[in-house]
Amino acid sequence: MSDARANILARLRAVAPQDTVAATEPVASPETELARGDKIARLKRLMENMHAEVVVTDGQQWTAVLKDLLRQRSLNGLLYAPATPIGNKLAESWESDLPPLVGYTEAVEQSKERLFAIDAAITSTKGAIADVGALIMWPDANEPRLMSLAPALHIAVLDATKIRDSLAVAMRQERWAEGMPTNALLISGPSKTADIELVLTFGVHGPKELIVLILDG
Amino acid sequence: MTETTVDFPRNFQKALGDGQLRRNLRAAMDTLGLRRRTLFSDPEAFEQLRVRGDAIRRRALNKLPELLERLERKCTENGIRVHWAETPAEANQICLDIIRRHDATRVIKGKSMVSEEMHLNHFLEERGIEALETDLGEYIIQLDHETPSHIIVPAIHKNRDQIARLFHEKIPDTPYTEVVEELNAIARKVLREKFFAGEVGVSGVNFAVAETGTLCLVENEGNGRMCTTAPPVHIAVMGLEKVVERLEDVPPLLRLLTGSATGQLITTYFNMISSPRKPGEKDGPKEVHLVLLDNGRTKIWADPELRQTLKCIRCGTCLNHCPVYTRLGGHAYGYVYPGPIGSILTPQLEGLDQAGTMATASTFCGACEEVCPVKIPIVDILRRLRAESYNKVDSPNAVRGHGYKVNAAESLTWKGWALSNATPWVNALNAKLLGLLGPQLPKLPGPDIVKKWTQSRALPPFAAKSLHALAKEKGIADE
Repeated sequence: MSDARANILARLRAVAPQDTVAATEPVASPETELARGDKIARLKRLMENMHAEVVVTDGQQWTAVLKDLLRQRSLNGLLYAPATPIGNKLAESWESDLPPLVGYTEAVEQSKERLFAIDAAITSTKGAIADVGALIMWPDANEPRLMSLAPALHIAVLDATKIRDSLAVAMRQERWAEGMPTNALLISGPSKTADIELVLTFGVHGPKELIVLILDG
Repeated sequence: MTETTVDFPRNFQKALGDGQLRRNLRAAMDTLGLRRRTLFSDPEAFEQLRVRGDAIRRRALNKLPELLERLERKCTENGIRVHWAETPAEANQICLDIIRRHDATRVIKGKSMVSEEMHLNHFLEERGIEALETDLGEYIIQLDHETPSHIIVPAIHKNRDQIARLFHEKIPDTPYTEVVEELNAIARKVLREKFFAGEVGVSGVNFAVAETGTLCLVENEGNGRMCTTAPPVHIAVMGLEKVVERLEDVPPLLRLLTGSATGQLITTYFNMISSPRKPGEKDGPKEVHLVLLDNGRTKIWADPELRQTLKCIRCGTCLNHCPVYTRLGGHAYGYVYPGPIGSILTPQLEGLDQAGTMATASTFCGACEEVCPVKIPIVDILRRLRAESYNKVDSPNAVRGHGYKVNAAESLTWKGWALSNATPWVNALNAKLLGLLGPQLPKLPGPDIVKKWTQSRALPPFAAKSLHALAKEKGIADE
């Protein structure tokens, strides 16, 4: 189809530039930076509005909080990423009355059935955005993409120091444009739809539940 | 691709007479409008944001050839294979070739208006390939062999009773239920198996970032992520105008899109794809293809006024605010893109001789322009298209199918009108005749345009004496 390419570009190149409005492009009004506590509060409020369960805890307590949450549910297993800091921490202190930890260690071709059958997964996050209330995730070789998608319950662990004011700020401060990952995601709650009479219902194709553990301190 | 001659008057009559359709639409459109107003409650801030949105889209279109090449280069560096298609037929063939190369027969699709423009599902099904829509609304209408009636909420013309009946009849072993949560659960169960088994995923693209070679997808359900993550192959199709220059252009456009479409601060998922699975990664498609479709867009782009049509980010808010769309729904328009944006885009894509009537489906009230997040001058473009319908002159910027409305009777009438207004005695005679015969006009033989006009409107009374004559009687100097 190289002909199509050449023809399309030739048609575009045949026209002289005509619109000069872009020269006067407005800039974004400066953003006010929120204090950490305010960012946590805003993120929590907005994500709870979208039916996520948000728990603010800390670096010591979070595994205990997690275990309590898991004990309230009957789950057939918890998918986790062994080669990550949170994965190590979980493996060290796992208890026998909890749903078994299942590592995402094989490629999807070998593990697809397991991935679609397991009830829950836990992942870390790259950060979050306070102004709209969303997690930032950059899935990678250790924490693959389906972890936050296939199981009905997704538990996300967030370091409170990584909450940015806005997507624009996150992109700029973390220099996203210099190297985007295979897949980057913003996630603002469990999956939802309003396709029938605009009635909002949660848990369509993605996770039905999202629990966010914010580690503050 | 043309849907052979759409019978607009019949469609409009039918839609207006469908009470159920009108109730379903009214409720939904009012809700969407309210949600949008609630989100953009500060008019100044909204205006600032849309001035930026407009500028970003203009800049992208200004640099279109350069940005398309940069997008192609960056995507290729990232491992995404880029294909160019001049026509829907070429784009369909590209998709088919990829699907066949993988011996695939099960394609799962995320919502994409461009794929509707291509009639991709139909094309693949004719060739023995299942192309399953997985967005809930799209799934519903595909079950009923319908097309989307709205850009954002494709099944909005149906209510829960209609969907309950449809699921009960079309999905095996499905009990009748009108509970929306249960209907959702039914679809989730059916589609989960399809996600598991899908061999190729097809999606659209909301924004393609030239700077980084990133394809951005906006969604709530997670089906888009499924289609672009679970199968080994992902094909993204996009109209070539969807490119933006820089990653930092994305946040304001994203806010404008989700806010205008559904009044959401952000959707559940914002999915940014920059490459196929890299060595060592455990999931994600091993192949990602990007198909860039022209289908008349380069022609639209060549004209500075019409080009603004291409700024559209497909939020659908002009539909929600249009007094015509909210009474007709999308199907009456007969083409893929309905409402105000459809009325300016479709005649340009299909030709005025095919779809020019769409440009008349407007009251010129301007509500669409007032809410448009990227400031498309929809009314000016509608007016231009109506004028082009009577424009016989071939010029490089003339819209395809222009001049289709030119006819002898109308030309003659206007010549008569010009003569009458330039020649006092003819004008006086005409005024006198109209005063006498005016009330009889609908009953007189001749073009039935007067009869049509008076079918649902009162005929204005004609004065017995013209203004000229009255002025003369009162002794006012009359030139």
